[in-house]
Amino acid sequence: MDTIYALATAQGKSGVAIVRVSGPQAWDAGLSLAGSLPEPRRAGVRRLTGADGGYLDEALVLCFPENQSFTGEQVVEFQLHGSVAVVRSVLTALSTLPGLRSAEPGEFTRRALENGRLDLTQVEGLADLIEAETEAQRRQALRVLSGDLGKRVSDWRRDLIRAASLLEAVLDFADEDVPVDVTPEVLQLLGDVGQALDKELAGFSGAERIRSGFEVAIVGAPNVGKSTLLNALAGREAAITSDVAGTTRDVIEVRMDLGGLAVTVLDTAGLRDTEDKVEAIGVSRARQRSAAADLRVFLIGEGEELDMVVEPDDLVLMSKADLRSDGQGISGTTGQGLDRLISEIQQRLSAKASQASLVTRERHRLALIEGRNALIIASDVVADGPDRYDIAAEEIRVAIRRLSALIGAVDVENLLDEIFASFCLGK
Amino acid sequence: MKQLTFDVVVIGGGHAGCEAAHAAARMGARTALVTLKRSGIGVMSCNPAIGGLGKGHLVREIDAMDGVMGRIADKAGIQFRLLNRRKGPAVQGPRTQADRKIYRTEMLTEMESTKNLDIVEGEVIDLLMESDRITGVLLEDGQRISCRSLVLTTGTFLRGVIHIGDVSRPGGRMGDNPSVRLAERIDSFELPMGRLKTGTPPRIDGSTIDWSILQSQPGDEDPVVFSFMNSKPFARQISCGITHTNAQTHDIIRENLERSAMYGGHIDGVGPRYCPSIEDKVVRFAEKTSHQIFLEPEGLDDTTIYPNGISTSLPAEVQEAYVHSIEGLTQAKIVQPGYAIEYDYVDPRALDLRLSVKGLTGFFLAGQINGTTGYEEAAAQGLVAGLNAARHAFDAEPVLFSRSDSYIGVMIDDLTSRGVTEPYRMFTSRAEFRLSLRADNADQRLTPKAIDLGCVGAERTAVFGNKMERLIAGRSLLQSKSYTSNDLKKLGLPASQDGARRTGLQILAYPDVNCDALATSDPEIAEIQADIRAQLERDALYANYVDRQQRDVNALKNDEAMKIPSDFDFRKIEGLSNELKSKLLKTGPGNLAQAGRVEGMTPAALTLILAKLRQEQRARSA
Repeated sequence: MDTIYALATAQGKSGVAIVRVSGPQAWDAGLSLAGSLPEPRRAGVRRLTGADGGYLDEALVLCFPENQSFTGEQVVEFQLHGSVAVVRSVLTALSTLPGLRSAEPGEFTRRALENGRLDLTQVEGLADLIEAETEAQRRQALRVLSGDLGKRVSDWRRDLIRAASLLEAVLDFADEDVPVDVTPEVLQLLGDVGQALDKELAGFSGAERIRSGFEVAIVGAPNVGKSTLLNALAGREAAITSDVAGTTRDVIEVRMDLGGLAVTVLDTAGLRDTEDKVEAIGVSRARQRSAAADLRVFLIGEGEELDMVVEPDDLVLMSKADLRSDGQGISGTTGQGLDRLISEIQQRLSAKASQASLVTRERHRLALIEGRNALIIASDVVADGPDRYDIAAEEIRVAIRRLSALIGAVDVENLLDEIFASFCLGK
Repeated sequence: MKQLTFDVVVIGGGHAGCEAAHAAARMGARTALVTLKRSGIGVMSCNPAIGGLGKGHLVREIDAMDGVMGRIADKAGIQFRLLNRRKGPAVQGPRTQADRKIYRTEMLTEMESTKNLDIVEGEVIDLLMESDRITGVLLEDGQRISCRSLVLTTGTFLRGVIHIGDVSRPGGRMGDNPSVRLAERIDSFELPMGRLKTGTPPRIDGSTIDWSILQSQPGDEDPVVFSFMNSKPFARQISCGITHTNAQTHDIIRENLERSAMYGGHIDGVGPRYCPSIEDKVVRFAEKTSHQIFLEPEGLDDTTIYPNGISTSLPAEVQEAYVHSIEGLTQAKIVQPGYAIEYDYVDPRALDLRLSVKGLTGFFLAGQINGTTGYEEAAAQGLVAGLNAARHAFDAEPVLFSRSDSYIGVMIDDLTSRGVTEPYRMFTSRAEFRLSLRADNADQRLTPKAIDLGCVGAERTAVFGNKMERLIAGRSLLQSKSYTSNDLKKLGLPASQDGARRTGLQILAYPDVNCDALATSDPEIAEIQADIRAQLERDALYANYVDRQQRDVNALKNDEAMKIPSDFDFRKIEGLSNELKSKLLKTGPGNLAQAGRVEGMTPAALTLILAKLRQEQRARSA
């Protein structure tokens, strides 16, 4: 059984963040970070350090023995100072310990269930939480795939499927019209992907990638007051802002701290049908980005109608309240309705299991590292030539699995599709 | 009218039917095999070959369960080849050309001499039922046979249509008539159906082929047979010929494309991508100027040749023209034109892991009717259905196979959880635990299970017991030997980098190291018999990988053990998306592992399902 870890509290600048570790090596992991563990079920303050001895945080540590924990397994909890940087460094330190991996959403609950530690009447309540977690993960994945990384990721996927299918074609169609040695092409493909992973990893710690937290998109027709609202949100004392230029020229991202939650507010291009090609691209990006956001704030001008799908949590507001005859709605100019909007956003986001994006990013980083390592091993075996393709295929399978958090699951049908498209098979 | 009573009735005497009937009889069930005619038992309707990659694995597994296909194929084998011989044992597949006549007569003899098994000649025209329970079958002559379990293995008989060019007529395989009333009865169950097609090449009179100018493909010098009970072939071994299509052949086919049933719009079934017609090859791979053809003899005293690689549904005269354009075949006489056949299949997602139809009691389906292709796939399903039909008749627990223990398990799981989009064929790449599911260790994997079930004869039990004793002794001997880096250098073997001592088994895991290298300096190892040595080498080669996969295997087994009752209502689970719910309802996963493979499933959603299952279990036991 693996030992798993995850951030167990909502992320953001909350006072305390709890990282939970569960499984047979949980206490070992605790020892490794904290030096010593307090008595079971008693809290103790410990100085946490990474494997290289680097200081991580001063934390409250709790450990629970088997059969006396939430999951029924050995558990260690670290109560950390609630900053993104601290949480990230602790998760990274845990990831380097042998036998540990980050938990899938719902995995703690699952272990609790399997060990009979969860009262089944509690399960109904968990459903909502699980759903929110899953939804947040899905959005994060969407975010990755709709960006520049998405294009690179699909190249990796294509190349790895090609590499695996070449080997499988040689193995599974040995008495048919297929090449007997595909080593050069496979090595080339694996090398290309490996290099790309290296490059990605090198840039992974870059500041522009540390964009954790929620995304809230302001959506509406042109000139409905989106930018004014953004400025108003950003200019308030409650919000600390820092401008981050958007990766695309037409989606403006402003990072702010809304009542303790890290939020990136997106100002998107006004939605309308347009003949202008450049504007049309902007509009389509606005739709993509806002669809991937955690929450959308729709602004509607007088007499306008929405042409986007509104999801249950989304906010729909009348804009330019200061100019409206009935005085209803929100106004970035006068500040009318702003406090209410902030508290609504806060309330909705807090309800979502918010660690997902951070965890997903961490999962992606680990996937990159493990995937790259697996590819190196696979290349070594492939280089031995056709007689060891059975092993080589297994190593590529492992590499693909390690990368699946990024490239998605690859199934035998994907390989067969590629094989039948490439070779004329069939006796 | 005479009334017969059996535990199990099997309809159909093809590969699925024979294996099903034999398996049920081995389990001690009084079994009837109902077939149109005795002479149809064990007929190979397509190419005269058994085994291959993935398929050879299935045959070995059937044999490990004491089934018939491997032993009969050994009797009938006239050209054994171990595919991928130079590669690792996990991807080696035994294959043989089979003498049709020997296969058929040996199969009939086997069936006739099997205890508990009766062969009934007749046409089943209807099923007897009490509400949703099968109680027997009605034959065309009015005879009724009652049974507790029924296995239907009728291949392509459901709305089968044969096409030769623009001529088409209803029919199963060449020469058989489809039973309309039985088809109507099956329609009344309203099972989800689909339509598939497959093709055959024209058969050629071998005495009209100019063999002297053709390349010949001999069998292996050291033939590897199928059955763990046999060590060498029985029949005389022969060679196959190889020839190729050419530009002229392709021109003839291209010019007549619209006359092909498949290209003329007469067929809408989906064909297998791995077995395309020559029309398909010429169209889809237009840049290829030549395609390989294997000329496979159908028997030792039969001059018929099966030209593997040119299946077609062109009109007979076009077939003649293109065959004559091929080197060595310019004077060849076609004894039976190639044809395409389309047929209905039952979406196998309507079946549970026993291959029993969900919602009906005692009704099992096996073989091509479930959307598969190939004798081996059919036989393996027959085995599963036959074993479970017997168990059902005795009110005993089902016999289930796992993806982690066999290719049989992989296939049954694929079929019942994912359905098929083209005729399903086994490939080794379908098995995620390929390195441990090998043809060479099928007996180690499955024979103990078969012995527990009680479907293994005394002879095999003894042979297996003896082999395992020797294998375990050999393994512990190698485990007890330890070698330093110096020892290894002296033996001319790669020394360990870290200077640590290695056991004999660990050394065998190195590529290109075998027992011989260790035996030179060790009389005890030298005494290990050749077959055991080879097996130890094969086991050791993958030991590291098998260990690494063990965690996945355990997780899979846990999830497979978590059964989902057929009446489990996914709609009631709050928190699952509607999309996921409808996919689950459509697939009807039989256990948690299958649910986990439903498209779009997330670990969290799976946890929710597990929770719900636990809740229901508790409610039921309370």
